[in-house]
Amino acid sequence: MKIHEHQAKALFREHGIPVPRGIHAQSADAARAAADDLARQGVTTSVRVVKAQVLAGGRGKAGGIKVCKTLAEVHPAATALIGRRLVTKQTGAEGVEVRSVLVEEGLDIDRELYLAIVLDRAARKPVIMASTMGGTEIEEVAERHPEAIVKEWIDPLIGLQDFQSRRLAFALGLARDRAQLDAAVKLLRGLAELYDRLDASLVEVNPLVVLKDGRIAALDGKVTFDDNALYRQPRIAEMRDDAEEDPLEVQAAASNLNYVRLDGSIGCMVNGAGLAMATMDMIKLSGGEPANFLDVGGGASAETVANALRILVSDQNVRAVLVNIFGGIVRCDLVAQGVVEGAARVDMKVPVVVRIEGTRAEEGRKILAEAPFKVIVGRDMADAAEEAVRAAAGG
Amino acid sequence: MTILVDARTRVLVQGLTGKQGAFHAGLMKEYGTQVVAGTTPLKKGERVHDIPVFDTVHEAVKETGANASAIFVPPPFAADAIYEAVDAGIGVIACITEGIPVADMQRVKAHVDLRGVRLIGPNCPGIISPGSCKIGIMPGQIHQPGSVGVISRSGTLTYEAVHQLTQLGIGQSTCIGIGGDPIIGTNFIDALTLFEKDPGTDAVVLIGEIGGNAEQDAAAFIRDSMSKPVIAFIAGRTAPPGRRMGHAGAIIAGGKGTADEKIEAFRAAGVRVAESPAVIGKTLAEARARHH
Repeated sequence: MKIHEHQAKALFREHGIPVPRGIHAQSADAARAAADDLARQGVTTSVRVVKAQVLAGGRGKAGGIKVCKTLAEVHPAATALIGRRLVTKQTGAEGVEVRSVLVEEGLDIDRELYLAIVLDRAARKPVIMASTMGGTEIEEVAERHPEAIVKEWIDPLIGLQDFQSRRLAFALGLARDRAQLDAAVKLLRGLAELYDRLDASLVEVNPLVVLKDGRIAALDGKVTFDDNALYRQPRIAEMRDDAEEDPLEVQAAASNLNYVRLDGSIGCMVNGAGLAMATMDMIKLSGGEPANFLDVGGGASAETVANALRILVSDQNVRAVLVNIFGGIVRCDLVAQGVVEGAARVDMKVPVVVRIEGTRAEEGRKILAEAPFKVIVGRDMADAAEEAVRAAAGG
Repeated sequence: MTILVDARTRVLVQGLTGKQGAFHAGLMKEYGTQVVAGTTPLKKGERVHDIPVFDTVHEAVKETGANASAIFVPPPFAADAIYEAVDAGIGVIACITEGIPVADMQRVKAHVDLRGVRLIGPNCPGIISPGSCKIGIMPGQIHQPGSVGVISRSGTLTYEAVHQLTQLGIGQSTCIGIGGDPIIGTNFIDALTLFEKDPGTDAVVLIGEIGGNAEQDAAAFIRDSMSKPVIAFIAGRTAPPGRRMGHAGAIIAGGKGTADEKIEAFRAAGVRVAESPAVIGKTLAEARARHH
């Protein structure tokens, strides 16, 4: 789960990580008031930065960050952002709506660094990645200048140790004096603590800035959380913002369905995540394009099937539906019954191709063939995928 | 011959009185597995499918000689269940539970490695040596005893592959579902190492998917250390980047972990890769025929 920058920075503050002074604003008027409030709170510069709050990355390059040299520029800057759809390389062409901004003090920046904590799957522990090439995406740095990335792994049994933080600080040139080194160690300790205690899966500070006076601050903040751990992080779970999600995906999640929307024309409904991915691949091999990933789980009861089909046919691009079920513990005849009953509850305007294999598959196919609506029964996975591609093409 | 589990394995079910635990313990027993005990705190003295329930794993091990465990407890309690099994001296633990936080698994993995315990999963179907021992949720009847080892990150896709093998008359020595999470107890290389040593296994089917680089590591291991033929299938060629495909570990992150990268790694290591999920069995049959 992702959270907004202003939320991430609030968490940073709680963990002793310095961030620019800033106020979250939901309207241009509130943004102007925020700019003034910052002055009253002791911000001496008149420079303000107005930052669109969207979950999608690539915001800066898309014009979502405006630097205002005077307080008077804040209102028009916020007006230009709030309500506008921001198209970044992580959004579709339709973009995402900016619903609020973060107004921050401008800082006198000397240089920009990169810092992140992320799970290293191969090492089975979190890794801190740091680079002096801040402001650039880490993937790009990794590609072009892998030597510019320094790493420290966090042992999950003992946590991050200060010597590791010092090592990183020296590598990043954050050892101008005792105060700077101590600040860097404290910042890293805070980030590691946040990552561990809040079940984060990514904490990224890009850039981490070194100011002209030697202080350091997290100029940007991105935190994502382990969905599996949200049950024990109720405060984090409440920060969820679904507004930028695909509405069909939100609806599917509410029905406990694992659904990811794609842009093809063949809707698929499969039991099991691996088989669901393999089915998408099969469609592609047969010359079609999958409209989605959908795992209905092991059981595929009439209720689940109906919910799943409803979501599939809500996608206007879907021209045919391919159901691929491997019945193991749950017998194919029972699954077939579920498909027939489930489909009967949904207004199916597109052809349905079903491939069912496993225990009592013959009985299952018979039930499908006798269904009160038109079902094309595939002989095997390849045949079913071809049938679905043909059906989607209009016969 | 098989790996890790066989007819002598004495199985404990942690979470036996829960719905899933009870249901699958029944099927495991029906398959012929020696399911000797179960645990659920405060349910001591109950019996499920005539399997005795104990309060603690220690007690269950002491009373019944259980040496393997299947874990069916909900995610918030799964790490604790694994630690309890390790503490009681269980040697092989299959954790079926899906949805365990990564932070828990980091510590669990570090701990089981220190203690030398074999953990399979989590978020996996379990392990089966056809005809002798089934620990987990896979449908027993689609399997057939034989000499092909199967290793997979997935559930139903594995059943699909096993079903194809059985239809072709090719039996399996042991099938391990290693799980779909980012951190798992037993990885491809661990399982390949065991199959390479097992005299009862003469070929291996490996089923991978997008996310991470376990398949690339496995490809290098096969090239350097395997004498037996291995064939692979990788799911998710059409998966978009940055999106989680059901399994917590199935995600292309930062442009890495794509199916094409993995397929390329296997081909470079001389491993045959099934183009389509429909021909996994056939691909194994061909690879084995050429090897003989």
